[in-house]
Amino acid sequence: MPDIFGIPPQALFGQLLLGLINGAFYAQLSLGLAIIFGLLNIINFTHGAQYMMGAFVAWMLLNWLGLGYWWALVAAPVVVGAFGILIERTMLRHLYKLDHLYGLLLTFGIALIVQGLFRDQFGSTGLPYRIPAELRGGTDLGFMFMPNYRGWVVVVSLVVCFGTWFVIEKTKLGSYLRAATENPALVQSFGVNVPRMVMLTYGFGVGLAAFTGVLAAPIYQVSPLMGADIIIVVFAVVVIGGMGSILGSILTGFGLGIVEGLTKVFYPEASSTVIFVVMVIVLLIKPAGLFGRAR
Amino acid sequence: MAEAMLEVDDLHAWYGESHILHGVKFNIAKGEVVTLLGRNGAGKTTTMKSIMGIVGNRKGSIAFEGTETIGLPSHKIARLGLAFCPEERGIFASLDVKENLMLPPQVAPGGLAIDTIFELFPNLRERLSSQGTKLSGGEQQMLAIGRILRTGAKLLLLDEPTEGLAPVIVQQIGATIRRLKKDGFTILLVEQNFRFAATVADRHYVMEHGHIVDEFANRDLDANMDKLHEYLGV
Repeated sequence: MPDIFGIPPQALFGQLLLGLINGAFYAQLSLGLAIIFGLLNIINFTHGAQYMMGAFVAWMLLNWLGLGYWWALVAAPVVVGAFGILIERTMLRHLYKLDHLYGLLLTFGIALIVQGLFRDQFGSTGLPYRIPAELRGGTDLGFMFMPNYRGWVVVVSLVVCFGTWFVIEKTKLGSYLRAATENPALVQSFGVNVPRMVMLTYGFGVGLAAFTGVLAAPIYQVSPLMGADIIIVVFAVVVIGGMGSILGSILTGFGLGIVEGLTKVFYPEASSTVIFVVMVIVLLIKPAGLFGRAR
Repeated sequence: MAEAMLEVDDLHAWYGESHILHGVKFNIAKGEVVTLLGRNGAGKTTTMKSIMGIVGNRKGSIAFEGTETIGLPSHKIARLGLAFCPEERGIFASLDVKENLMLPPQVAPGGLAIDTIFELFPNLRERLSSQGTKLSGGEQQMLAIGRILRTGAKLLLLDEPTEGLAPVIVQQIGATIRRLKKDGFTILLVEQNFRFAATVADRHYVMEHGHIVDEFANRDLDANMDKLHEYLGV
């Protein structure tokens, strides 16, 4: 095949796929952040640590209990989501009426503690996690060779993201969620148990982070700092997409993953900063973010 | 008088540090339409929000059909069969008209059928897929009232339903309230416009500075007109 813009197509599509994978993780993590921020008014800085916990639960299930990847995909979100609900019940709920800063400080503090505990226990070097047998190998797509596991991650992520979007935008449950994001007191006065909904929403957002962690475990290594590394980029994604916008966080997540991948092909030196450059430009032109409504 | 459906006694309420209600006492019998009249800041809206449990910091007694609700969270109060239509209408911008209308869950059997609500407010049927806040003020008010008629709630708390609306819409809302009374609903109405209140209500309470200061039947309204002018400063 001929080169495209002087780049061999294998390299170009390879990086595009890698970008799409990163984008899938950005999208899922920023989606969880957006849902949590919308309903709880909390900027969940523990999100990265909860993503890391998801990967570690998968690792522990495998190495301690002999339960593989498919069990982890179900169990890790439940376990880490329950941990999130515990935090919500005991701490977060006292902060809803206060300034964002308090929630940010609390969740940041929890993230540091959790990361510290894991680092103390497991060290900072990554632990390997094998791709499940069913998804090893690759497929020749003609224009490129695609590792099966990566294709799986992209497809699952698209399903999860748009499934979540569908539930929020198109169902009765979603209409409660959207209404409670606007005016929780009024929705509660209609007879909806809003405090319980808030608790479950936090559990879901946290569970989504853990699910992402399990998906990421075979691609990156399982390490206590994996969350801290990705969460900074994810917050940039959230700012670019517009805080609180569901569709915005999905599209921006995938889009910026691709932008990052392309930058690696055309100007590798900028690949780790390009998202922040985009963030600066977007904030200058549209301070509420690409999909955000000014509040 | 028949046994009270709602019995409010020595109700105090606070917003943060400020003490808004100072021992409010009144009652509503089943099937009555009762208004709370009073100037801005007298505590009318706070009284409604306290009944609904939206004001968290409240003391005293609010009994609905014999059940004490002062310690209950808002969603449990609603489930007893009360519904609130706020002054600012509370139409949700991220929901379309149909979603707004269908949002409040059923709390009891016997709510109005959706077709009956369209009969009362034909405009809503035409606008079902519009965004909630794209409606005119009058249509938003109809939507805010319409959505609580479906739920089976028997006591409706309507906070200034006529505020800022054109006379023809005010008449339509008045006709709706009389129709709802005929259908067996009990209604507590907050109003500044006592001429409107006089066309729909059985009894009036007057509030001042967080107290109920007066009470009279609608038929005695003319005899009390001088007093009322003084209370309301009109």
